[in-house]
Amino acid sequence: MLKIKNLEAGYGKIRVLKRISLHVNPGEIVTLIGANGAGKTTLLAAITGLIRATAGEILLKGDNLERLKPEGIVFRGCSLVPEGRQVFATMNVRENLVLGAYVQHRQGKRQLQEGIEYIYDLFPVLRERRHQLAGTLSGGEQQMLAMGRALMAKPALLMLDEPSTGLAPLIVKNIFQIITRLREAGNTVLLIEQNAKAALRVADRGYVLETGKIILEGSSEDLLTNRDVQRAYLGRDVKEN
Amino acid sequence: MTLELFSQYLLAGITYGIIYAIVGIGFNIIYNTTGIINFAQGEFVMLGGMISISLYQWLPLPLAIGAAVILVMLIGALVEILFIRWLDRPSVLRMIIITIGISILIREAALHVWGEGVRSLPYFVGNEITTVPVLGARVSPQVLWVIGVCTVMVLGLSLFFKYTLQGKKMQACASNRVAATLCGISTKNMVTLSFMLSAGIGALAGCVMSPITYTQYDVGTGLAIKGFTVAILGGLGSSMAAVAAGLLLGIIESFSVSVVPLAFQDAISISLLLAILFLRPHGLFGNKDAADLKEF
Repeated sequence: MLKIKNLEAGYGKIRVLKRISLHVNPGEIVTLIGANGAGKTTLLAAITGLIRATAGEILLKGDNLERLKPEGIVFRGCSLVPEGRQVFATMNVRENLVLGAYVQHRQGKRQLQEGIEYIYDLFPVLRERRHQLAGTLSGGEQQMLAMGRALMAKPALLMLDEPSTGLAPLIVKNIFQIITRLREAGNTVLLIEQNAKAALRVADRGYVLETGKIILEGSSEDLLTNRDVQRAYLGRDVKEN
Repeated sequence: MTLELFSQYLLAGITYGIIYAIVGIGFNIIYNTTGIINFAQGEFVMLGGMISISLYQWLPLPLAIGAAVILVMLIGALVEILFIRWLDRPSVLRMIIITIGISILIREAALHVWGEGVRSLPYFVGNEITTVPVLGARVSPQVLWVIGVCTVMVLGLSLFFKYTLQGKKMQACASNRVAATLCGISTKNMVTLSFMLSAGIGALAGCVMSPITYTQYDVGTGLAIKGFTVAILGGLGSSMAAVAAGLLLGIIESFSVSVVPLAFQDAISISLLLAILFLRPHGLFGNKDAADLKEF
């Protein structure tokens, strides 16, 4: 689905990403974990076209995304749920979802309504809040709305940037349950997380990013039991094992 | 004050007020999509009047006005494409200085094309001395044209933003530009559209007001100051607040004539602008918390 080869990108003269390669197969959840400043968000900015890669290539379903504008990349089927939610605060929940479906605006009214109902089934709280302004929702509800809005585009690849940030543990659990349900529904997900334990539990495979390089990759089980990962990201001392 | 005089002042106030409101809405539309104040807004109004007057030599009145509005919309789009679009993440201050430059440029160009003379379109119905009785006062039918056309524009705009996809997309840009991009909306196109829209409403207002207020190459500056006062007074970004503030300013101005000399009329709006900037910078109807979050 998504294939990144030897990608280099950064801001101005600062090279944040150094020859990164990774891939996401259709129907799988892949997680990218790493500490603050490892380059996770920069990688997403490069995939979504918000910044230009200086070297390497990004292929979505075999097509190069190089020359496309950010909005064009969304039309190709690559949707991002950004860090910090970024909902349309001054519009209500339903309007947010309708705008999410903008790339599908040639679909009929009925398909649009079906799409909205699907999101309401996935996140029942959004149905209750459908006439409420998005800015008045709680953090967890805004996260759900941001995910719902991205799903309205019926993306081939859904990317989530730190969905657990700033949320209560119970809500985080709920969000991750929904991510597993998305896989069951056949979605492909790239999950960027600091919360390595929760991310690796739902993911099929994972990559570990450190100072702009991928230092480890493997199946989630392998990474969960890897000593380096445990020490650095799971908060477990090696001796205790 | 007699009832007749009262309604005379009131109607004059509403007429000017609604014109101020349209200029204020023009400010708001562009402010919402870009976060900047377009100080060339008054020039769009002037261009609408001037171009329609020139076209009226060859075309019947409705066609001349329609063509003028379309031309000014194209000029609005051109201004955005030439001066704003290609800038890579410009600062707010830089964009504001650019719009001031554009307004001087348009004004000087108009001086060369049309000269210093005062021009006007003919009255749409009747002539200078035709009057209709309204609430005991006698007003020119053109006053009713101004109020009617501007009201239709305000209603049309609110329907546009509420019910059409383009309107929703512009609202999305106003609400959160990053999120709009992530929904696949081209924010640059929305900015061009917002320039076209505010140029268009400004131009139409410029046409209908031309018979009573006359058009000269430099009327834009005064209107821009009034429109800016109205936009700030109502609270930047809200169109309905601009309408309320516009009517308020227009009515205050027209009633002031009965108390202070006419020459003080402009001083009143400027004092009001200063007072509001000192005391309630988020406007009469604006939300303080929302205003604190804004860059400008």
